[in-house]
This record gives sequence, C-alpha cells and structure tokens, in this order.
Amino acid sequence: MAPVLELRGITKRFPGVLANDHINLTLDKGQIHALLGENGAGKTTLMNILYGLYQPDEGEIFVKGEKLQVHSPTDAITAGIGMVHQHFMLIPVFTVTENVMLGDETTVAGEVLDRKAAAEKIRHISETFHLQVDPDAFVADLPVGVQQRVEIIKLLYREADILILDEPTAVLTPQEADELFGILEGLTEKGKSIIFISHKLREVAKIADQITVIRLGKVVGSTTPKNADENKLASMMVGRDVLLRVDKKPAKPGKTILEVKDLKVTDERHHLTVDGVSFEVKAGEILGVAGVQGNGQTELVEAVTGLRQPFSGTITFEGKDITEFGPRAITELGSAHIPEDRQRDGLVLSYPIADNMVLNTYYQKPFAKGVLLQEKTILETANQLVKDFDVRTPSAMTHVGNLSGGNQQKVIVARELSRPLKLVVASQPTRGLDVGSIEYIHKQLIDRRDKGAAVLLVSSELDEIMQLSDRIAVMFRGRIIDIVEAKDVDKRQVGLLMAGVRGEKKADGKKRK
Amino acid sequence: MAERPKPKASKETQPDRSAVKIFLDEVAKAPLIVPVLAILSGLILGGLIVALTTEEVYAVWRTSPLDAIRVGWDAAMSAYSALFNGAIGNPARIAEAFRGGDALEIRRAINPFFESLNKSVPYIFAGLAVALGFRAGLFNIGAEGQLFMGAVGAVWVGFALTGVPAIIHIPLALLAGALGGALWGFVPGLLKAKTGGHEVINTIMMNYIAFRLTEYLLRGPLQRPDSFNPVSPFIQDSAKLPRFFEDPIRFHLGFFIALAVAYGVYWLLFKTRWGFDLRTVGANPNAARYAGMNIVVVTIAAMSLSGALAGLAGANEVLGLNHNLAVAFSSGFGFDSIALALIGRSHPLGVVLAALLFGTLRNGAIQMQVSAGIPIDIISVMQAMILAFIAAPAIIRTIYRLRVPTGVADEIRVRGWGG
Repeated sequence: MAPVLELRGITKRFPGVLANDHINLTLDKGQIHALLGENGAGKTTLMNILYGLYQPDEGEIFVKGEKLQVHSPTDAITAGIGMVHQHFMLIPVFTVTENVMLGDETTVAGEVLDRKAAAEKIRHISETFHLQVDPDAFVADLPVGVQQRVEIIKLLYREADILILDEPTAVLTPQEADELFGILEGLTEKGKSIIFISHKLREVAKIADQITVIRLGKVVGSTTPKNADENKLASMMVGRDVLLRVDKKPAKPGKTILEVKDLKVTDERHHLTVDGVSFEVKAGEILGVAGVQGNGQTELVEAVTGLRQPFSGTITFEGKDITEFGPRAITELGSAHIPEDRQRDGLVLSYPIADNMVLNTYYQKPFAKGVLLQEKTILETANQLVKDFDVRTPSAMTHVGNLSGGNQQKVIVARELSRPLKLVVASQPTRGLDVGSIEYIHKQLIDRRDKGAAVLLVSSELDEIMQLSDRIAVMFRGRIIDIVEAKDVDKRQVGLLMAGVRGEKKADGKKRK
Repeated sequence: MAERPKPKASKETQPDRSAVKIFLDEVAKAPLIVPVLAILSGLILGGLIVALTTEEVYAVWRTSPLDAIRVGWDAAMSAYSALFNGAIGNPARIAEAFRGGDALEIRRAINPFFESLNKSVPYIFAGLAVALGFRAGLFNIGAEGQLFMGAVGAVWVGFALTGVPAIIHIPLALLAGALGGALWGFVPGLLKAKTGGHEVINTIMMNYIAFRLTEYLLRGPLQRPDSFNPVSPFIQDSAKLPRFFEDPIRFHLGFFIALAVAYGVYWLLFKTRWGFDLRTVGANPNAARYAGMNIVVVTIAAMSLSGALAGLAGANEVLGLNHNLAVAFSSGFGFDSIALALIGRSHPLGVVLAALLFGTLRNGAIQMQVSAGIPIDIISVMQAMILAFIAAPAIIRTIYRLRVPTGVADEIRVRGWGG
C-alpha cells in the first residue's frame, strides 16, 4: 500500500537562506511521525509548504500515491490534511460548535446556521475518538488542554486523515500532555496519521513510531525510538554531543540570602495572584518554583525584583528589608534578574548589543563618568561579554532585534551573570530556546550556584525544574502548595502537585520546613 | 534542475540580480533614502498638480493633447523656477548684481537664500522639540502652543527689561522663552506621568489655552500703549539678536544658535546617560522599568525639555525677526514641525536638514505665488504628500522597488508615534 503522505525532495529558498534542502519524508497510515529539530531548523517551513501556505521551489507531494498540488490551505484540507498551530486559532467568545463550524458552516435553507446538526456531529466525533468536549461551552471558559482538543476536533470535522501538530505540548501541563498522547494513540488506532513537530526529545521518544531529525533545513537522519535514545537524538539534532543530564554537585547551602514572608501580591486588575507565600533561598542552592503558567509566578518574581509593590508581607535580602525597594536598588545589592519575557522586559530590540549589555549598569562607573557615557568602555565590555558568553553575532553593534531567540537570551544572561552576585532570579530562562542554548544557560546557572549565589528559578518546564533545583517549591493558584527536596520526589509527584493534588505525596518530603 | 546542489548552495546569489539592483538594495538600507525619495515624489506630484490645475492646459487639450502636455510641463517648470528664485535667488540676477558691484543690489539678489535660512530657524527648534518627544515615546502635538508661550516670555523680557547689555539681555530673553515653552510642556508631562492622561489630548488643550492667553495678554498687560491692535511693544535694542548684514537681509544669530542647540540635543540624546534613560523609556518602557529607570521623572523632563525647545522657536521669531509680538506671528511652525520631525527620523541632523527644506519651500512659495500665480497652498499639498510617503515607507519601497531593510529600528519608532 502506498504511504498516506510522501514528500519528495522538497526545497524552499528564502533570500540568503535555504530553509528546506531536498527533504524526503514518508508517513504511513496509522503512524505518528515525529519531526524533530531545533528552532529554526526548518520544521515549520516544511509544514507550511505541506499546508499550502508556502510554495516549494522544488519537490513533490504525494497523498495516497497521487501527486498533489497544494496552492492554499483549502487544497490541503480538501486532500485531508489538517494542522493544529502552535498558537490556537480559536475565537474565545464563540462556543465550541461555532468555532468548529467556522469556515465549514452547515446551513439550513442556504443561509441559516444549523448549529444542532453541527453539535451532533461534534458529539459523534468526540465519542468516536475519546475527545471529551462540551459543544455548547464557550472556548474562553475552557482550559488550554481542552482548547487543543477543540482544534483537533476541527480537523476531524473536516474529515482530515493527516493531522499536523506543531509543538502541541508547549502549552500543556505534564498531565495534559499525557492525556494528549492518549488521544493521539486513539486517533492512530482509528486509522488517522499524525505528523508531530517537536523539539522535546522525551515526548518524541515516547510516542513516535518514526522519527525524522532536521537540522539546518536538511534531514540528518531517520530513526525509530527503539534505535535511538534521547542522547543520540539530541546529538543528531544539535550536530554535536550534548549533555542532557545536567552535571551538578550536591548543593552546599550557606546563609539565607532571600527570605519571603507571607507575601501577597495583586495584579493589574487587583486580583490577589500571590496569596501568602513564604520561602527562603540560601547561598549556594537553587530553589525551583514549579507550576503551570499563570499561578502567580510572574507576580511573585516581579515583587521580588522590585517591579511590583507587594500588597502585604515582607521580602528581606541578607536580613535587610527590601520590600519597598525598586529594581535599581535591588540590583545594586547584588541581584540579577533574567526576566520571563525577554523581548518585552529584558531587552531594547532597537538598541545594539553593546547598549543592552549595560542596560541596568550604564549609569555606573566605568560605563559613565559624570553624565557622559563612556562608549569605548561599553563597547569593549560588550565585546568581551559576547566572547565569554558565546553570543553568535557579527558584532557587538548589531541590533539585538536581529539576533535569534537563543542569542538574545544569551545577551541577557551575559549582562546579568557577569556582575558580582548574591542572588539570581531566573524566570523561564530557557523558554523557546534550542537544546544547545538551554544546555549553556543551565551550566551558567549552576556555575553561579557553585560560586555561592542563591538562585531562584521559576519555570513551567518540569524537566528544567527537576534537573536544576536543589529544592522545589510548587505554586498553585497563588500559594506554594509544598516545598520539597528535589532528590526525594520524581516528576510524577511534582506534576501532581502542579495540578493542585497534594494527598499522594509522602510525608518525608516536607520534613525540612 | 537535475543535479543536486552542493551544500554551499545556501549562499548562492540569485542570477538575475543586476549591479543596479544590488546598488538599490544597498541604498535601501541607508536610513536617508526613503525621505529623499519621498521628497522627490512629492516634487513630481506637486508639478503634476500644478499642470492639472492650469486652465490653459485644458483649453489646449481639445485641439492638441501633445501641446497640452507641453503647456502643462511649462506651467510646472515656471512654478518651480519661481520657487527656486524665491528660495535661493535668481542666478541671473545674482550674476548681474555682482557684475554691477552695487552693494545694495547684491544684498537684494542674495536675500532669498538668507531669508530661507531665517525661515528654517523656527522649524529647527520646533522640529527638535517634537523629535525629542518622539525619542521619549511622547507625541508632543503642543509645539505650537509652547512656541506661543516662548514668544510671550521672550518679548516680555525683551521690552520690559531695560538698561542691561546685549550679552546679558539676549540670553535672559531666550531663557524666558525656553521657560515659557517648558512650562507648557511640563503640565502635560506631569499629567502623563502621574495620571496617565494622554499627552496628545493634553497638549492640544494646552495649545488652545496658549492661543487665547496670548490674545488676552496682547489686549491687556502686554499691549503696546499707543496701539489699538493686539500687538506688544517693540523689544529693546539690547534684546535683538544681532544681524550679520545690512537691510534687506535679516539673517540673524538665531540660525547659529539653532544649529548649536541641535548639536546639544544630539549630544544629550546619544552621549549622556540622561539621553540613554530618555531613549530607553521611549524605545521600550518595560525594559526601562526593568533596568530601574524612573519613568515618571524621564517623562516629565522630556516633555519640559521638548516644550523649552519649542519655546525657543517662538523666542527666535520675536527676538530675531519681528522684534515684537502679534497674534499671527507663527505660520503653524509647531504643527509643521511634527511632519518635519518624522521626515528627519527624530534625529537632530535629520531635523536640521528637513527644517532647511521646509524653510526653503515656504520661503520660495511666496515668490511662486507672486510671479507664477501658483497659490501658496500647493506647498502645503506637497508637504502633505511628502509626509504621507514618509509615514508609509511601504509606498516608496513599492514604487522604487526597494527591498525592506532588515532591522527593527523602524518599527520601534512607529510605536513612538502612537504615544
């Protein structure tokens, strides 16, 4: 039997870049084919070609043995190809049914929407494929995991046989991801075929039948989970050996650097998002704050770094009350802040690297004398930091906006970690970065810990928390639900805590406090 | 293509790229090319409008379209040559005057050029005011009102203070002008920083207050005692900005003060840590907060400074040219300066160049109206078109087939316009 989908020699050139270089890919019926590669490797370009958003310069696409010309997404949908984008294409104020119908409306007498028939069809789909969704619910009220199900239903509603999922787990909790994997397996059993795009090795190894690794626009290898472990996949993806396990010595905690007591913080809408949080971070240890996004971590970090005035409670730094301090005063105490949203808060994209390297120290000697900026000193320092922190750039005068995400983050890390430090607050430090950059930034954080800094790491990537933390605080709905020793817990237990479930954990994890 | 390209293929150059295209691409990256092409397009379209509004063209069209085109071309050319003569001077007349050797005639012949420079002075100051605001992410629509208050301050010190030497009197009068404008910038700055009240709305309101206040003052405390018109007394001789030539050339020290201030603004913005604060707040207020900058102070300071610069524009008109204050002393310098700051890309050098352009066009337009019978409004239309082209660089890029340059500096600026 011919494969469901076959790509032959797909090539796509953009000015100055070869985004896809003679890529071959074969998808068999009922299989999950993972497309693995770093950010910018060309995965998304390839899928956009398949989905009709781009036209290939060379190459052919075959669906069920027949050659297919895809000029637009409509062509792709007609051929039974559907795509779930990384950012959902749903309208929050519409119901599930309305969202699913959108673009493929069932009507009575020409113009009147037949919601009932559509809802019936959705119910049928959701039963057949075990995708529990209430057709009458408003999308805005649904959790992210369920919204994703709606996206999948949208494809099935259009009778897609080939489903493309672009980084589907990026927005999910570990539990939701597991549920998704269950759904995907159910779909393949019913004869659907799936292309699963990811840069996360673990999940690819877990669910794929076939793995194709892409690097710099080229297929560097095809394999199966049986024949390749995570380490091998990682080195294929990056093109060199990668340390997946972070190498770190046991922590040697010293005196308390940061202490937070009964902290309450409100957000812009005066909702209490941090609700009575207490913890301490000692010199020489990493405290990881785990939790699904939006459980108060952002506001917690803003309060600790002086960007947001707490509602009540105290924050002390080496015993000194800094609750009322602003960002500059806290920075001057020896604190670094790697912000959650690097482009929004951490960088001025229209500035050259050099100016960004001194963004919060420009007013101090030696970068300024009196009111005059010392451009030469700033440039020399920036050149040195670019070298030391391996920022890939033509020069230190390149605008930061022209750098890749990984290199942008390296600029921030270079700026923040190159000062004498007692405290490092790192919020989602590796979000959206490639394996090489992640590895590098992890090393830097551990290095700062070993040099005696207290590190507060906030991340919604559970792997990252597990690998780096000495202790783990789990946040749920504005509270710290528990603080545990990292060596006493496994991923599943932390995952449950992240979902707000406490009962199952053994008591020993809590002894310390 | 049968054979497989080598890995090097990723660096391949497209074969159809001619040398001209490569040159154009390179030029497209230079920040100045869009304004220059926009000005060129504005001039071309302006000529077209002149031709289309010449009635003779239509009369001839009926008999011979070809002749009509020629007539239209002639009309446009005579308009532009009148514009040139009015703005720079009539080359033939200048040559004649120098041959004749009569000093007065020479001064008369070269006067248009110096008058254009004079006209540029308020544009430079007000353009710098708006540009500085843009750099701080603030949209100062209030330059016109600040300019009025600057003129009021300067004229008051200019006539009321007596018995001081020029070396003291002139700086004091300029300072009073700057303070008047600064006050008018400070208020919306304070409202923006403390309450979030939008500076666009508040500067517009402040404009109206400034206009009416000026009228009131010119009918009351500042009115010339022997006049029934709303005009102020003439300023003391010691407050007048020195002129470099005898009549009719009015070219005065203000032009060089403006250039010095432009350099000062450049130095402040790009060489000092205050400028770094200001530009960071404008480019990314979130990052500015993150870096510990005081956005409230920067916003208030930037608006006050912007107002002071606009105030200097008014002071210069009063101290350098008019020597007294009348209600209609400004021909909308403050409003034109918004366009001008955009054309100059909010850079002091760009502002100076754009101001010279505006000053020259405005000055030449008067001559164009007199000798070619083209209404002065054509210059406003041209300015508007130049501005439209600059505000929408995509149009210019499409017309001239320029490639979109890499980099984000442009988009960041756009955010500034919205305030």
